[in-house]
Amino acid sequence: MHGRTWMQSLTLAAVLAAGLAGCAKSEPPKAAAPAPAPAAAAKPEPLKIGFIYVGPVADAGWTFAHDLGRKAVEARFGDKVKTTFIESVKEGPDAERVIRDLVAQGNKLIFATSFGFGDSMEKVAKDHPEVLFEHATGYKTAPNLRNYEGRFYENAYLAGVLAGMVTKSNVIGFVGSFPIPEVLRNINAFTLGARSTNPKVKTKVVWISTWVDPPKEAEAAQSLINQGADVLLQNTDSTAVLQTAEKNGKFAFGWDSDMSAFAPKAHLGSCAIIWAPYYLKAVNDVLEKTWKVENTKWGTKEGLTEVVKIPDSVPAAARAKVEEARAFLVANPGAVFRGPIQDNTGKEVLAAGVVGDDKFKGEMGFYVQGVDGKLPAGK
Amino acid sequence: MIRLEARPAPSRTWSVLSPVVAIAITVVVAATLFALLGKDPVRGLEVFLVKPWSGTRALTELGLKATPLILCAVGLGLAFRANVWNIGAEGQFLVGGILGGGLALVVTANQIPVNRWAFFPLLVLAGALGGMIWAGIAAFLRDRFNANEILVSLMLVYVADLFLSWLVFGPWKDPRGFNFPQTMNFAAETAVPRLVPGMRLHWGFLLALLAAAGMWIFVHRTYRGMQLLVGGPAPAAARYAGFSSRQALWTTFLLSGALAGVAGALEVAGPMGQLTPHVSQGYGFAAIIVAFVGRLDPLGAVLAALVLATFSIGGELAQSRLGLPSAITGVFQGVLLLSLLACDTLIQYRPRWGRR
Amino acid sequence: MGAKVNEIALLLAATLAAGTPLALAGLGLLVNERAGVVNLGAEGMMAIAAVTGFAAAFLTGNEWVGFAAGAAAGAAAASIFGWLSLWLYTNQYATGLALSLFGAGFSAFVGSGYVGKNLERSVVAGIPGLRDLPFLGPALFRQHPLVYLAIALMAAIAWFFYRTRSGLVLRSVGESPDSAHALGYPVRRIRMAAVLAGGALCGVSGAYLSIVYAPMWVEGMIAGRGWIALALTVFATWRPARVLLGAYLFGGVTMLQLHLQGMGVQVPLQFMSMLPYLSTVVVLVVISRDPLWIRLNMPASLGKTFHPGS
Repeated sequence: MHGRTWMQSLTLAAVLAAGLAGCAKSEPPKAAAPAPAPAAAAKPEPLKIGFIYVGPVADAGWTFAHDLGRKAVEARFGDKVKTTFIESVKEGPDAERVIRDLVAQGNKLIFATSFGFGDSMEKVAKDHPEVLFEHATGYKTAPNLRNYEGRFYENAYLAGVLAGMVTKSNVIGFVGSFPIPEVLRNINAFTLGARSTNPKVKTKVVWISTWVDPPKEAEAAQSLINQGADVLLQNTDSTAVLQTAEKNGKFAFGWDSDMSAFAPKAHLGSCAIIWAPYYLKAVNDVLEKTWKVENTKWGTKEGLTEVVKIPDSVPAAARAKVEEARAFLVANPGAVFRGPIQDNTGKEVLAAGVVGDDKFKGEMGFYVQGVDGKLPAGK
Repeated sequence: MIRLEARPAPSRTWSVLSPVVAIAITVVVAATLFALLGKDPVRGLEVFLVKPWSGTRALTELGLKATPLILCAVGLGLAFRANVWNIGAEGQFLVGGILGGGLALVVTANQIPVNRWAFFPLLVLAGALGGMIWAGIAAFLRDRFNANEILVSLMLVYVADLFLSWLVFGPWKDPRGFNFPQTMNFAAETAVPRLVPGMRLHWGFLLALLAAAGMWIFVHRTYRGMQLLVGGPAPAAARYAGFSSRQALWTTFLLSGALAGVAGALEVAGPMGQLTPHVSQGYGFAAIIVAFVGRLDPLGAVLAALVLATFSIGGELAQSRLGLPSAITGVFQGVLLLSLLACDTLIQYRPRWGRR
Repeated sequence: MGAKVNEIALLLAATLAAGTPLALAGLGLLVNERAGVVNLGAEGMMAIAAVTGFAAAFLTGNEWVGFAAGAAAGAAAASIFGWLSLWLYTNQYATGLALSLFGAGFSAFVGSGYVGKNLERSVVAGIPGLRDLPFLGPALFRQHPLVYLAIALMAAIAWFFYRTRSGLVLRSVGESPDSAHALGYPVRRIRMAAVLAGGALCGVSGAYLSIVYAPMWVEGMIAGRGWIALALTVFATWRPARVLLGAYLFGGVTMLQLHLQGMGVQVPLQFMSMLPYLSTVVVLVVISRDPLWIRLNMPASLGKTFHPGS
């Protein structure tokens, strides 16, 4: 009996499918069809730019900051560009299809804003030499694929400088997502910054194995506060850590974007990432035909990272220290990691006078002295 | 006042019409939603439903997306029919991916020369084994300790995901991968052979269709298969037929786990080509919808998987072309499943007007 | 030493706070299940309620309006489930799953405008007089009112189940709908009422997460807590007090693993994060291993479709 009904269903579905296919065929070719041949156009075609986001644009964190950059591009270049974005793209095989589709729609410059898009980018870039690809926080390059990243750890360092001055318990806390080099750089920079103004500081770290889960972030923050931490920083995407600090009368920082509104008393500043300067440059490179393969890592000096909205309640001495450190970083980009640096087992990882190079920073897999505990899932 | 009256026999007309009506309802809801969002409904539906079917690349991508859904849903359909509630196909998918990926990793790391056609069956076996192990835990705990299989299989999804995370952050991390959480790229020979040159669609798709056909024969044409279906909902009747509900539990859990595991292994060695923390893409959960939309029938699962794959690819296309939010896909999937369940009522019941 | 004692007090306090959303949802689902209905849509109802409650609290500036809106939204979502499973005789498991999936998508869809919005925060005063007690004050008496409400609710539900006539009717509908029907009770309406109550409580739980606990809305924020709440009812062998206890136990395990991390315990973090899920499985096994014990406690008609007049 089931067999018969299924035969009927199949027939019906086949008819339906044929009908749909018929529709598809009778459809006149649309402008969006994969036929990128703008050369014949009379007036200059706008440069079509695609953005692939890992989260929803309204996440108030990572993706939101990138989208501000996209909007800046639209504002600056007007009708010379046309931007499209696709949000909440899963890292993995789906990304390749999304990227190919953006190419098929005639996008000539494509930004992908998460590490997990790298392989897909590489594959599509190989097949489409006529399109330029930019991958945030990645490391792979090709003749038409380059990377861009921020020296986010400079923000973490400046936050640390302030934290060292503000903490009363000499315990500061960090809510981590996953122990990847990027996050470890931030933990270590936060600690180094804090110990530069207050050598007695210890950092406690709690990992939550996710980028966004506000209730869990709040729990992690609460746990750190319960163990005596009174200044918190996080490398997760929501405002929950900051809000938990506010609830407990402690201090914390915003991350990714200006989060001052979420915690008027607890907020010591927001480690903002301002992507606009880079996106403007990248688009300009394409328009001016000066695009070349690079690994761009911008930070405080270039205005890509900045600790914004440090409140007036912060004592002048502390502000001065932050300003001093900031000036140092502007003069010596990336010099947060300068020897001597020891890991938290006492082993020297960077000799005196040496500044950590890209490899040192890129592969970071240890806690610096002052961080409590052992790095999870290490060797 | 409408009331429902049991039909003497299930309506054949409605068992065919129900999914069609449910899809129609979803399309109407979609069109309304497009209109409310200020988009042209016709264009919206075109992008959502027709575009994913236009062109060779689109069709192969559709097949690629449908492959894991078919594999998972074929097994889940069997389990649900036997009243065994395996909700954790996502976890079984993950462990299948871990074992399949692990096998590919061993071959890659030790530079073992393999033939891709010889490796393919090994990969499938590894995936099946992984899925069976994970499903076996839930089945064992149900069988031995009577622990609710819905909750256990679901909790095991989280455990599998964290276990994968531990592997790629720890012991299986690519030593030359700049400390990023991923294994090295698998050797080319371990990749699932492609079906269409230049496209990502691989032989796993045919395998999925084969699995569906095989399951159809098992369910509808073998004594054991029929026993299994009796074994679930009415244990007494099944015992009479010589098939215990214990056997139903184990058979369906292991089979559905194996199929989900194969799906995971194919995904890892197919389009991914390495293990990362992002193996979980929600196929195991989406397959629950697929199984129900496909009326828990293996061939139905194939059609339903294509419908769901259309939805999710259509959702991506609708974002870039119409600026619709990504969440809309989830809304449509939910509406489809809910309306299908409602329509299915008409198979067993006849609406009657007036009060009793 | 004083510092350590204080840490324990704070760990207790955090445990109470973490257990409360689970307790609220778990108690709601308990009411459902005592009437013989399993609603696997908890995750979806909580998501819809979380965004609705957040929006209401955001627009009115009053968190209690938010909780009420969350309860209403949860009940509305539950009514879809109730209508389908009770009047159209759909399979309860399938319908609940459908609601979970629908809720996840729907909440993300309607909620996109509320991501990154900031609520006016109310100050949690705690219980005057008791809040300043040594140890007990910080451990127990400085919580959000809903934490105490959850405890009161547990007592109220226990009283309702075992001390009132309506509670007895509800339980008998769950045990034997056919005899209840024969005695003239409107089985489907009673079950619908239970489903709505369950939805409302899941709704309050979702709203608590988005308004008080996080406090923010972002899609996917329920992150499996609905499923944990479902597990709690089995843990508790369908007893109200044990639901509450189970919720605190689970909250405690969650907080403890974070606490141990902060103390620098050297276990890979992924295994730490597994703890809550693994302990759920272990407790399920321990509770369920005696089938007789489960059968004695489980509402006999749980999950089975009821056909009046059949």
